[in-house]
Amino acid sequence: MASIELRNIKKSFGAVNVIKGVDLEVKKGEFMVFVGPSGCGKSTLLRLISGLEDITSGEMLFDGKVVNSLTPSKRGIAMVFQSYALYPHMTVYENMAFGLKLDKGHSKDEIRRRVERAADMLQIRQYLDRLPKQLSGGQRQRVAIGRAITRDPKVFLFDEPLSNLDAALRVATRIEIAKLHEEMNDVTMIYVTHDQVEAMTLADRICVLRDGLVEQVGTPMELYERPDSIFVAGFIGSPKMNFLTKDKAAAHNCATLGIRGEHLTVSPDGIWEGTVIHTENLGADSYVYLDMGEEEPVVVRLDGASSYQSGSTVRVSPQAENIHRFDEAGKPIR
Amino acid sequence: MGATFDLWKTTKTVLFYALVVVIVVVSVFPFYYAILTSLKSGTDLFRVTYWPTSFSLDNFRQVFTQGEFPRNLLNSVFVASVTVILALFLAITASFALSRVRFRGRSLLLMTILAVSMFPQIAVLAGLFEVIRFLGIYNTPWALIFAYTIFTLPFTVWVLTTFMRDLPIEIEEAAIVDGATPWVIITKVFMPLMWPALVTTGLLAFIAAWNEFLFALTFTVSNQTRTVPVAIALLSGGSQYEIPWGIIMAASVIVTVPLVALVLIFQRKIVSGLTAGGVKG
Amino acid sequence: MATDALAPLATANAPKAKSELMLQRARAARLFLIPMLVALAIVAGWPLLRSIYFSFTDATLNNLYGAEWIGFGNYLRWQVLESGTVRYRGVLADPDWWNAVWNTVRFAFWSVFWETILGMIVALVLNAEFKGRGIVRAAILIPWAIPTIVSARMWSWMLNDQFGIINDLGMKLGLLAAPVAWTASADTAMTAVLIVDIWKTTPFMALLILAGLQMIPRDIYEAAEIDGVHPVKQFFRITLPLVRPALMVAIIFRVLDALRIFDLIYVLTPNSSATKTMSVLAQENLFQFNNFAEGSTQSTLLFLMIAIFTVLYIWIGKVNFDGGDR
Repeated sequence: MASIELRNIKKSFGAVNVIKGVDLEVKKGEFMVFVGPSGCGKSTLLRLISGLEDITSGEMLFDGKVVNSLTPSKRGIAMVFQSYALYPHMTVYENMAFGLKLDKGHSKDEIRRRVERAADMLQIRQYLDRLPKQLSGGQRQRVAIGRAITRDPKVFLFDEPLSNLDAALRVATRIEIAKLHEEMNDVTMIYVTHDQVEAMTLADRICVLRDGLVEQVGTPMELYERPDSIFVAGFIGSPKMNFLTKDKAAAHNCATLGIRGEHLTVSPDGIWEGTVIHTENLGADSYVYLDMGEEEPVVVRLDGASSYQSGSTVRVSPQAENIHRFDEAGKPIR
Repeated sequence: MGATFDLWKTTKTVLFYALVVVIVVVSVFPFYYAILTSLKSGTDLFRVTYWPTSFSLDNFRQVFTQGEFPRNLLNSVFVASVTVILALFLAITASFALSRVRFRGRSLLLMTILAVSMFPQIAVLAGLFEVIRFLGIYNTPWALIFAYTIFTLPFTVWVLTTFMRDLPIEIEEAAIVDGATPWVIITKVFMPLMWPALVTTGLLAFIAAWNEFLFALTFTVSNQTRTVPVAIALLSGGSQYEIPWGIIMAASVIVTVPLVALVLIFQRKIVSGLTAGGVKG
Repeated sequence: MATDALAPLATANAPKAKSELMLQRARAARLFLIPMLVALAIVAGWPLLRSIYFSFTDATLNNLYGAEWIGFGNYLRWQVLESGTVRYRGVLADPDWWNAVWNTVRFAFWSVFWETILGMIVALVLNAEFKGRGIVRAAILIPWAIPTIVSARMWSWMLNDQFGIINDLGMKLGLLAAPVAWTASADTAMTAVLIVDIWKTTPFMALLILAGLQMIPRDIYEAAEIDGVHPVKQFFRITLPLVRPALMVAIIFRVLDALRIFDLIYVLTPNSSATKTMSVLAQENLFQFNNFAEGSTQSTLLFLMIAIFTVLYIWIGKVNFDGGDR
């Protein structure tokens, strides 16, 4: 229910500048994902928004009001932590009710109603009397989310909530969170992850961070189709975008030519030639790794299974409309 | 070749277990011997025996009927309990500040606290005597409760600080997001998580206060106000040459059995409490 | 110390505006620390200063407030007699004092020396895996749990010259030719004190060393085993260097404790000049012999010695007390 605006936000720990001036707007009810490699400052940025960490300089506005010095609870945020951070000595119910109990002025009935509503949303009602240690990892994470929902926050913050779960559970919980966003579509959500798949699947908009600065903000498809830099192009999408240099790039009037694996076509009259290093069959599709004299092998993504002999020669062509051209500075030429 | 090797191995095992037996016997024997002596009476006392030969509760009866020993026992319980409660109360909040809030001079402060717990009590004896007289608590249990703070407080602060530092930071942050003030974090979140640490620290402080001698000897002067260690140290018979060994041993056993029992019950916790802070990664 | 440490609470570098959260925490921290600091100031800081002050006065037990400043007189003063010879007075010229210093240092050195060696042996035993390890650990906690006074009395009974079991045992085993008056004779009094102290405190040493030993990863030994390193060499090349930090801390705790020894000696060997330590001498002067100023001087000197020793030890040994910072 709140729009968030960051104006030239900076944060330093001692002499180390972690956030170097971030301007960003998050709209009401939007699902924004912060993504970037480790050490890019995405978690710190989330903690600045939460109010757990002091802002060194710049302004943070919720609904147009400066909140720089407000405590987390006064900002109306709720947060889901990577390690769940449930209170080990309290039952699930007490965990979820703790915040409301501290915030005077809620009747017992109201607290119970709100806890049960949140528990129903996450299907954890039957666990309300248990202690966290009696729950599985996935259940604990639901309780952590439930605790956040109970508080009826204006802003919902997630700090890598899935990274402690195993792969299968991660997908299931991801879908859960996506559903949650649909149900609570007036709550602004900010989600930190280093996993670009989570970012692509969950986000309304993604904010790519690098070295404490915003690299690009946009919808998942904008980032996929029109990356603002080589960094974003390489970070978003799986398999990673291929980068070609030297004469292959020069032929297209750029310093670096980027082409995704799915935008390469194998054909006998392909303009580039490469030696097969390795083939990975994933069932629905397959990745063929080619040595084209670049630093890293070029990946071609093909539908269905494929069987190329390692060492054999394959010719490929880029789909012209999907070529990304970058100058020496790594900026796109459009 | 194989045979000699096995022989060497057997010898090693035998020697190892011999060492184990020596350690156990040396550790336990004096206490065992005190119990043995306390159960002897009359002239039996002056015959050296290694195994129980007679069983008499005479000495125990005398400990409780002659002199002020029951009173001394009560004094000790009172002094040690109040000291521990006071120290824990002051230490919990202080160790939150020392372990969870970043401020300049924090490690210096911690070192100072450690130094206070290590410095010789004799160095403050004269000044403490003056303060105690000034407060009008000389020769009362309060003098001891007051004085014992000098070693129980730094110790509890130090140990609780190391314990609290190990509590996960995210739990505290979750509480902050839930709107908890530092006081609520301590009482509603940390305290329930720290019961084991509190019990351990409290127990160690209790033992220290229970065993203290120098202050107790100096700040109490009458039989009614003394604590057990002083009472036992000053127990004597009719003349200088007539030391009532049986009674002394009975009194010793009485004050030691609860401690030994507590220590054995809380073995693991005590070991971790003793080593906390001192040696960490 | 208190005010200096308290002033700049909370995250240091932030400019002007701090958030409410940080202010709240800083406020709470200050509020939480003040009672403890005040308590320590009253029971430790102020009495220490007063004790030092008394050492520069002519205070007596019954005249604390009327005491007059006499400078270093209690430490050392001299008088030139008519004959021209100089007579020195004061604690620093007192042979009893130097005897007590010597006793204390001797006691501290030998007790810590033996406790370290025996503690290391016990710790190594406890670090091995064998049946009944729990029993051994429980057993060694017993001497630690017994009050010092009680152990002093227990042992003085065991060391009794006529009816003591130690003499009996020693004669039966042929180690002693005749009963020894352990605590009374000047030759053996220190040995008796050392035996009791080592018995009582080795467990503490062993537990501290054990904690250090248990932090050494097992696979290091497995690797050494595979490389065929002899066990003795393993101890000196692997165990000892890795356990050194824990050992250094344990030793300083013990030395500081040994230097202030009072209760054991007061009870086990009363009035024996062969064992009288600085603490005992100072306590007697303060409260029994009515030499309050002199006692204060001695306690101040003891404090000074311990302070210098600690600083040197930490500085030279590079001892690290702190387990880490958050």
